[in-house]
Amino acid sequence: MRFVHIFLIVSIILNFNFIKADEIKTENKIAKNLRCLICQGQSVYDSDSEFAISLKLVIKNKIQEGMSEEQIYSFLKIKYGEWILYDPVFNKNTYFLWLLPILIFLAGGAIIIRRFYNKNNLD
Amino acid sequence: MKSKVIAITLILFFLITFVIFFKGLKNSNVYTPSSNQEKEVPSFELKSFEDNTKIISEKTFKTNQYYLMNVWASWCIPCRDEHKFLMELKKDKKIELIGFNYKDNFKNATSFLKDLGNPYNIIVSDKDGIASINWGAYGVPESFLIYENKIIKRFIGPINDEDLLEIKKIIR
Amino acid sequence: MASFIGSYSLGFGLFFSIFIIFFSIINLKNSEVLDKKIISFTFIQFFFVFISFLGLIISFIISDFSNETVFNHSHTTKPLFYKISGAWGNHEGSLLLWLLVLTLFISIFLMKSNQQPTKYRIFTLLFQQIIIIGFFVFLIKTSSPFNYIFPKPNEGLGLNPILQDPALAIHPPILYLGYVGSSIIFSSALGAMVTTHVSKEWAKHIKRWVLASWVFLTLGILLGSIWAYYELGWGGFWFWDPVENVSLMPWFALTTLLHCILVLEKKKILTSWAMILSIATFALSMSGTFLVRSGILNSVHTFANDPERGLFILIFLFTLIFLSIFIFIFFHSEEEKIENNFFWLSKETSILVNNWFMMYFLSVVLIGTIYPIFLEVITANKISVGPPFYNKLIIPFLIPFLLAMAIGPKLNWIKSDFKDKFYMIIFLMISFLLSALIIREFNISFLINTILVTSAFFLFFSTLREFFIKRLKNLSQNIAHFGFSLLILSIIFNNIFSNEVITNLKIGETFKSEKFIINFENINQENGKNFKAIIGKFNVLYTDGSSDTLNPELRIYNQPNIITSEADIKTNLLTDKFMTMNYVQNQEYFNIRYQIKPFMIWIWISVILISFGGLLSFFKKRYEI
Repeated sequence: MRFVHIFLIVSIILNFNFIKADEIKTENKIAKNLRCLICQGQSVYDSDSEFAISLKLVIKNKIQEGMSEEQIYSFLKIKYGEWILYDPVFNKNTYFLWLLPILIFLAGGAIIIRRFYNKNNLD
Repeated sequence: MKSKVIAITLILFFLITFVIFFKGLKNSNVYTPSSNQEKEVPSFELKSFEDNTKIISEKTFKTNQYYLMNVWASWCIPCRDEHKFLMELKKDKKIELIGFNYKDNFKNATSFLKDLGNPYNIIVSDKDGIASINWGAYGVPESFLIYENKIIKRFIGPINDEDLLEIKKIIR
Repeated sequence: MASFIGSYSLGFGLFFSIFIIFFSIINLKNSEVLDKKIISFTFIQFFFVFISFLGLIISFIISDFSNETVFNHSHTTKPLFYKISGAWGNHEGSLLLWLLVLTLFISIFLMKSNQQPTKYRIFTLLFQQIIIIGFFVFLIKTSSPFNYIFPKPNEGLGLNPILQDPALAIHPPILYLGYVGSSIIFSSALGAMVTTHVSKEWAKHIKRWVLASWVFLTLGILLGSIWAYYELGWGGFWFWDPVENVSLMPWFALTTLLHCILVLEKKKILTSWAMILSIATFALSMSGTFLVRSGILNSVHTFANDPERGLFILIFLFTLIFLSIFIFIFFHSEEEKIENNFFWLSKETSILVNNWFMMYFLSVVLIGTIYPIFLEVITANKISVGPPFYNKLIIPFLIPFLLAMAIGPKLNWIKSDFKDKFYMIIFLMISFLLSALIIREFNISFLINTILVTSAFFLFFSTLREFFIKRLKNLSQNIAHFGFSLLILSIIFNNIFSNEVITNLKIGETFKSEKFIINFENINQENGKNFKAIIGKFNVLYTDGSSDTLNPELRIYNQPNIITSEADIKTNLLTDKFMTMNYVQNQEYFNIRYQIKPFMIWIWISVILISFGGLLSFFKKRYEI
């Protein structure tokens, strides 16, 4: 057992061919932002389906080829459509999706402020 | 007056929501790629199934010839069901079948073909499933009808007799 | 036999609704006291549903496969505990459970509300009966748990192994107690509007129901999340999955209502708002049921879906919504303006601010969940709304929310000054320094994280101080708020300090990263009761010299034939180490997922603290704040 440990430590020290932590992070981040198409509501990251496992390999390869995060998303968007992206792009289809909550927030604030305004008028 | 306006807006709002939910019930909630969209054939460089030689897409697809590229695997059960239709299609000289062996091992795949017959002119192997993603495929079985370097039709899931008729109609 | 009795007893139960409604209407016309018969009939109805439920459980225990539900979801080799929990682990059984809780709660309501006006109690009962009848009809017509199969099969199809989990066995009952509790709030709000009983007394009386539903809902969500973490093997606890969102929405509404009721029980303001929230809470619970059971959404937690069921709930849901809009508009009168006299800096304002943010969070989750349905129906475009959307819209707003949460409880009713200024400023500074130090250590986006952690620490410290200066006063609220700050801190730290790796390894291979190396030593086979297990042995070695051995499992179940992967999780107070191993088709390698997740159990602990706060408030005799 101890021998194995020593062996492993030595191999850590000798082997500089680490997989970069940053690269792993980007890989995970991309996989988390993709929907696994054959699963029911799972991300590619979370899924262990054949499709998801292959797709994770693809992401890894693309990163090593030097593709940026955005390029990978648009590559997959061409292949599979917008359905695969968990982070909806801001376009005419999603104006309401992104803006409606903010509008509701502002409206809520306006209602609260008006309450005080009206009250002061009554005084 | 004010409360009337609110009431009517509320009722309208919920009516619309109701109609949308009602219509939404009929929509499928799973991924369905558009099957008629014409797309260029993605280029690939894959190993041949039999002898590990390289197969390059540019050299594979000739013009003026129909191809059916069929994603299959010996472990995939629906693939067994569609196989007889592929064998049938093999008889048609106007089309060539290309097997896209997905995450399979040589032994099982060979005995699969031995049992059920080999409809394919060429078989390429996709060991780790990466090439299938270039095709926009996401499962087995799946088939692409190709003409003039374009995907003209896509079949998700096993080919059945209706699909077979449709293919024959297109290539005639 | 048990199914037979169950089936008939369900019919009798529905039959008693007629008596209840009949006598209630007579009672409305001519009496000041509640007719004893009505209470008895309500109990009898509950009793019949109970018998029916018992019948289903017995059918499961004795594995009576002539019952379709049992056949579809059970198997003789299944452990007894999961046979019993299997009774409500499916669509039909879970609806029967809904109905059981519905009838139970209205009985309890009638018993506990004798201080309230008779008319109000009768109207509440009548509205509740509408819901009960709706569920009876839904159950009997579209999803009867007692369908008969002939000839009787010898063996059942089995329960999906990922549902065979203790947390999941009690998750549905607890969650439904929360959902159904909100139905009482709904009926009671309608009843109070019709009888113009919306008042401080009403608020005091309904507050206990709000608290009870809230505690159950909180615990129910917690259990679901614990199950997802331990059983699904993805290493997360919250996925912004539609079905999870659907349980979160009523929680937001209920939390808002809880705070709003605090004002209403003090003085008669915000009544319309309280009514809207009471209606919304139950409407959201019902929409949840609709979204989950109809299969309109693509989610991990699918029940067998059937468009007919979806249509029924949809019509039922909108009937209730239109009914409540009607009652709200015609019966509810706005409060007099005179009592509305609080100032900017007051507890009332801080509760309004809470309501404001809660509604915002609710709207984000609601819009994110149903927007894809709307878009698809209108434009035929399919999009997905996932975690990035919710994170982007919720996290920035958490910062002012946390700050307000720290300051709010310190304010007095009506008019207040900033007390405790000195300590607050000190706390803010300490929190900032602490966060900056922690965040700087890690290579992550500095600004937003520091501010977020600062505000969470600020809430943490200021609630901690409250424990010392106020001691037992406000204890329940303080515990809940303290739990919330702990929850946010644990989630943030869990998120930014976690270390995750997914890789493919063959036996004997080693994966190296900057922080650790994983060595895949070997695999062993073992046989379980209804599965075969492949157990991997992994040594993980960290750069500081420490090491772990983890043994994730692959289980191949025989009934139904499903492969599941069992995570090996090493938990201690500070971090969880989580590993799963998955089979890859025709490859020599396995897909390995390894995660180091800090503060995992603190997430569970803080949610338990939050609900404990609610529980304490529920049992508190004297009214305080």
